[in-house]
Amino acid sequence: MKAGYDERRAADYMNSQLVDGRVNLELVDDDGMVLNLGPQHPATHGTLRIVVKLDGERVVWAEPVCGYMHRGYEKLAEVRTYPQVNTLLNRIDWLGSFCNEVPFIQAVEQLLEVEAPERAQWIRTVLFELGRIANLMVFLGDMGMQLGAITPPFLAFRDREHVLDLIESATGGRFHPYYNRVGGIKEDLPKGWIADVLATMPRVRRFCDEMEEMLANNEIFRSRTRGVGVIRKDLALSYGMSGANARASGIDWDLRRDTPSPMAWKHAKFNVAVSADADSFARYWVRLVEVRESTSIIEQLLTNLPAGPIQAKVRKIIKVPPGATYVETENPLGQMGYYVVSNDGLSPYRVKIRTPSFNNISVLPAVLPGENVSDLITIISSLYFILGDVDK
Amino acid sequence: MTQWLETSLGLIVLAVVVPTLAAVFAYAFLFKAMAHMQQRLGPMEAGPHGSLQLVAEAIKWVQKEDLFPRRADRLVFGLAPIVAIVTAFSMCALIPVSNAVVGAAPSMGLFLFAALSGVSSLAIVMAGWGSNSKFSVLGGLRAAAQLLAYEIPLVLALLGVVVLAGSANLVSIVGAQSSSLWFVFPQIVGFTIFMIAAQAELTQAPFDVPVAESELVAGYMTEYSGFRFLMFFIAELATAAALSGLAVTCFLGGWNIPFVELTGTLGAVVGPLVFFVKLMIVGFLIFWIRFSFPRVREDQLHKLAWKVLVPLGLANVAITACLKVWM
Repeated sequence: MKAGYDERRAADYMNSQLVDGRVNLELVDDDGMVLNLGPQHPATHGTLRIVVKLDGERVVWAEPVCGYMHRGYEKLAEVRTYPQVNTLLNRIDWLGSFCNEVPFIQAVEQLLEVEAPERAQWIRTVLFELGRIANLMVFLGDMGMQLGAITPPFLAFRDREHVLDLIESATGGRFHPYYNRVGGIKEDLPKGWIADVLATMPRVRRFCDEMEEMLANNEIFRSRTRGVGVIRKDLALSYGMSGANARASGIDWDLRRDTPSPMAWKHAKFNVAVSADADSFARYWVRLVEVRESTSIIEQLLTNLPAGPIQAKVRKIIKVPPGATYVETENPLGQMGYYVVSNDGLSPYRVKIRTPSFNNISVLPAVLPGENVSDLITIISSLYFILGDVDK
Repeated sequence: MTQWLETSLGLIVLAVVVPTLAAVFAYAFLFKAMAHMQQRLGPMEAGPHGSLQLVAEAIKWVQKEDLFPRRADRLVFGLAPIVAIVTAFSMCALIPVSNAVVGAAPSMGLFLFAALSGVSSLAIVMAGWGSNSKFSVLGGLRAAAQLLAYEIPLVLALLGVVVLAGSANLVSIVGAQSSSLWFVFPQIVGFTIFMIAAQAELTQAPFDVPVAESELVAGYMTEYSGFRFLMFFIAELATAAALSGLAVTCFLGGWNIPFVELTGTLGAVVGPLVFFVKLMIVGFLIFWIRFSFPRVREDQLHKLAWKVLVPLGLANVAITACLKVWM
């Protein structure tokens, strides 16, 4: 026993930590080393804490501890009017923020029994896909960063800037568009915007080619990701993984294609990338293909964009009749859903937000044991979570 | 008396030249080359085109508090950067820049160099252990394993050169290349092994496992700040310069230009310039690779060293020796 080791204080400390879930194993036994990756660690882009127990470099046990960035959006939503709630939602998945607004607005529209006009739905879809590109481009570069290649993220942010410019010129906000309104969108597209988008999409595809050349075809990258962090289909299903992570595990499930939605995806032809490899490389590859498909969706939709009004008739003060509904969409990170309960008031009675990242990282304790520290980082970054999306 | 004078003069020159060289490497490669590869400008404010950035950074670092982590091994923690910088400077002193400018030319210069680069791994282990930080320990242990593993192919690659030149004295190695082909051509395998091993010795991408910032924050340097960090930083760049210098000396003909006799005053003036140009080219190569590749994993790193580079290096030495005897 160490000098100055106060048993009672240690026990008190342990009890205080128990709430946090088995974190201070160090005091309990001595085999292995407990390493806190985070809450401030370069690889967790945000404040996720992953407690790992290491035997040398090998992970014996791992557990993600989240909640360091909990902002209480579900509760905040209950004291705001429906249009005000919309401003909060931009900040959940902050890289593809437009996509967060859509399912909530659709839920409200369902409760109100209004439908946004055709043109508004198409524009929503185009911006949704732009949001997806803006989000996944960061992943495509950042995955290289996590594996030690320092140049890809700079290229990613360089080209992502063009996409953000487009989002800004249409909505007025780079990160927080707040562009959806109940029953439509804020305003029509600016002049010349469509041509700008069509000119930018080849740039995005060129970026994808660049990333394929620099990372996906790189021998070191392949050897670091192939067969690393294999998440089998049944494991992915049992943890409720969704989005590209699920598709990389061989689950052919894309809400854009598989569920009826008022959005315009049904008017575009696109492939859903699915991989049976279920490893980190598959997760990278699926997202790479997804960005390419998104550019093609945008091009198809913009060339046939219908004319017409962009806003349905909705009362100025939005009062939603009692009822409950759940709407989910295929967001860049996976399935994002809002369960909205209305109590015949100006603000929702309850909003439950189903964020994809939370489920996607829940799988970590099942995947990490047995891997070494380097692979741990590969797996975390290939699962691709955003802290705002985990903690809400 | 003259020996004392010479030694102290040499030390002063070394103390000025090596940090300047490190600053040039930092500016040209770490700041500017990397920035331009990544579509950035890099530092632009301090000095013309940002050229005094490292001076500004150094002033900032020196002003910082000399922090020791709680319960760190103070002696080991404090000594580690000094060990690193002393070995790096001594390695630089061994590199002959021209006929006239030779820091130290012991007859076994090449092996003194290799031995010194072995000592530099001690500094890293000291830093990792002394910091009392888990990230540092992991980084230090990774570094120890890596530096030991790559020391062997490094020396094996240089052995081929020794066989060809018939001497381990760096000046005579350059002399042997003045009349014949540069050793990079007969020793292309050795050169390749040397460059790969040098990359690993510098703990640079793709072999930057010990300082992998996405895994270990900054590895053994995690707890360092202020002027101790600056010392590590200068030591790292000076080692990069020393290893590039060794590559130039052993493989690229040192201060020689093909088909041109450089003797006397001309040699004393042009020789260092030629050497410097070659040094920058090799340095650029090292940093170019650093900016382009992702990092290998710990086990892959050792697989490469023990299963590929060491057998290849041994075969290279054997074949070189046979050819030398028969021809």
